[in-house]
Amino acid sequence: MSPAPDTATATAPVIAARRLVKTYGIGDAVVHALAGVDLTVQQGDYVAIMGSSGSGKSTLMNILGCLDVPTTGRYLLDGIDVGGLDERQLSLVRNRKIGFIFQSFNLVPRTNALAQVELPLAYAGVKAAERRRRAMAALTMVGLADRAEHKPNELSGGQQQRVAVARALVTSPAMLLADEPTGNLDSHSTKEVLGIVDRLNDSGRTVVLITHEDEVAHHAKRVIRLVDGLIVSDERQAPVEGPPPAMAGAAGALTRGGVR
Amino acid sequence: MNPLETLRFAVLGLSANKVRSGLTMLGILIGVAAVILLLAVGNGSSQAVKDSIDALGTNALTVSSGAGFGAQSTATSTKPLTIDDARALADQSQAPDIKGVAPEVQTSQTALYEGTSHTVSSVIGTYPAYFEASNSKVVQGDYFSNDDVLAARKVAVIGSTTATDLFGTASPIGKKIVLGGTPLTVVGELATKGSGTGFQDPDDVIIAPLPTVQNAYSGFGSLSQILVEASSADTTTQAQNEITTVLMGTHGIKDPTAVDFRVSSQTTLLSTRSSTTQTFTVLLGAVAAISLLVGGIGITNIMLVTVTERTREIGLRKAIGAPKGVILSQFLAESTLLSLIGAGLGVAVALIGAHFTIVGIKPVVIPASVWGAFAIAVAIGLFFGSYPASRAASLRPIEALRHE
Ligand SMILES: Nc1ncnc2c1ncn2[C@@H]1O[C@H](COP(=O)(O)OP(=O)(O)OP(=O)(O)O)[C@@H](O)[C@H]1O
Ligand SMILES: [Mg+2]
Repeated sequence: MSPAPDTATATAPVIAARRLVKTYGIGDAVVHALAGVDLTVQQGDYVAIMGSSGSGKSTLMNILGCLDVPTTGRYLLDGIDVGGLDERQLSLVRNRKIGFIFQSFNLVPRTNALAQVELPLAYAGVKAAERRRRAMAALTMVGLADRAEHKPNELSGGQQQRVAVARALVTSPAMLLADEPTGNLDSHSTKEVLGIVDRLNDSGRTVVLITHEDEVAHHAKRVIRLVDGLIVSDERQAPVEGPPPAMAGAAGALTRGGVR
Repeated sequence: MNPLETLRFAVLGLSANKVRSGLTMLGILIGVAAVILLLAVGNGSSQAVKDSIDALGTNALTVSSGAGFGAQSTATSTKPLTIDDARALADQSQAPDIKGVAPEVQTSQTALYEGTSHTVSSVIGTYPAYFEASNSKVVQGDYFSNDDVLAARKVAVIGSTTATDLFGTASPIGKKIVLGGTPLTVVGELATKGSGTGFQDPDDVIIAPLPTVQNAYSGFGSLSQILVEASSADTTTQAQNEITTVLMGTHGIKDPTAVDFRVSSQTTLLSTRSSTTQTFTVLLGAVAAISLLVGGIGITNIMLVTVTERTREIGLRKAIGAPKGVILSQFLAESTLLSLIGAGLGVAVALIGAHFTIVGIKPVVIPASVWGAFAIAVAIGLFFGSYPASRAASLRPIEALRHE
């Protein structure tokens, strides 16, 4: 994949989606999961996508994460038209540019936390020693350095989710996508995970997350609401530049408190 | 990802389900071991046949009385073989391709030596030419001579089994044994011939001068058979024709389809037998190959189950950027590793098993079969693993993640 020139990255939005349509099924059974979504997300933004169940949030997220392709419409990621990429290039994009966090079943079974976090680096061809160092740093960042040897079934739900966050950020991707990352967590674990996400955004990473909870949405700089595959509202809660609202409000206390 | 990394993932994947991996390996193990071992048994039996051809002497022809089974002979009466027949065959002018003639009488007697008793399955009375024609060599002492035959001396050359049974480890040379009531002095011991072709032990034998045996046991009637040595392996056919002509003369037979004797060469007899063992080897090999194939199908089966089971994991790996090639090589590495370990253990089992005698045959491992079976097993792992692996690799990430 040919990376976009540096000058372009500085100005081009991370996400530029035009009239995304996704339909499932045919004939009478056709479902318009997305009915023409236009979305532009600038570098460093923190977007929460909300909407009732079945409104197309996950569908949109999967397309943004290059896991799925839209039926029609264009999607530019970092200025590159994803529709024109082949399989191999797509796997490179997923590896280098995107960090994905799912609601559940996030971790590779029977693989310890360290190996888990090393995985994207292994796929990127990073050498073993370097990989270990960076994976350890990522685990330390999410406060799980002492759980490096634990397998998924030996970790709590919140810890698993934090390992997933570490894995998503270890390659330093331009964009962090999270589909209800706290959906299965209690309020304490939710705070921990969100604290980490806030800090990542503070350090300049673009974040898009799906949530059902208003408390989670309060962490975002921008809230988008979907209804029946269409964007019905798009509110800005904080400027793109500057810290996320939760960190600005609590002057960092929440973050510190959040990460144990 | 480097090959070592791929291998490590494969080992992890296999060890995640040890019982299943073990059973799959067992299938390949049995297949490979069966191929090597069964071919070794086949090879061992044909080796035994080859050895016995050498043991019997390739130039030897046996003349026996009677029309023989399945022969088209229309002989109405049968004249027995006599010393005169043997003399006629020894005539160089009539039979130029015959090098030696040894008339034989055969009987079975009990031998005694200092209270040890042993039933000798074949006591042969013959001429010294017998030793060369039948490829019997002495390891101790000497053969008896023409003089011994003329004087009907009570001497004997004994086979190695007979020697061990009667004398143990002591040298039998010069000792006197009592064979069927007649004392005989042992002058020589024959080299061991080995298991031979028939059910009889060719080393359980006592060979004595013809008149001595006739005198003591069989009487001066007919001969059991005449052993003829052709001048070379190439002239056995000519020698066979000469024998027929000479004996038709002595027996007064005009019609070549009505002969009352049989001439059989050891080589023709044995070539029939070795072609039988060849068929046997091919059959064994085919059975073994089928079991290897079944082992291969076992690999496909288990890899398909593994892929299905791990579909979501595959989706997850793809979501974090695993290229198609990595997924493909991971599953291929798993299936190849399965067959590789299975084949390795199979080779080990076969090599250990080849030390034992199987159904009376000492297996002789064919080195090519070891490499062949090993290579085929690994190829099977690659081949049968490639379908499940490519299925895993071509899964769309979103579909794999949504898999239930
Ligand atoms: N593979 C599919 N085949 C058919 N229809 C689908 C498929 N995936 C999603 N849909 C439909 O598309 C619509 C949007 O689904 P989506 O998963 O995007 O909803 P969501 O907003 O993420 O809901 P939730 O909040 O419950 O996760 C739904 O009506 C769903 O039934
Ligand atoms: Mg969803």
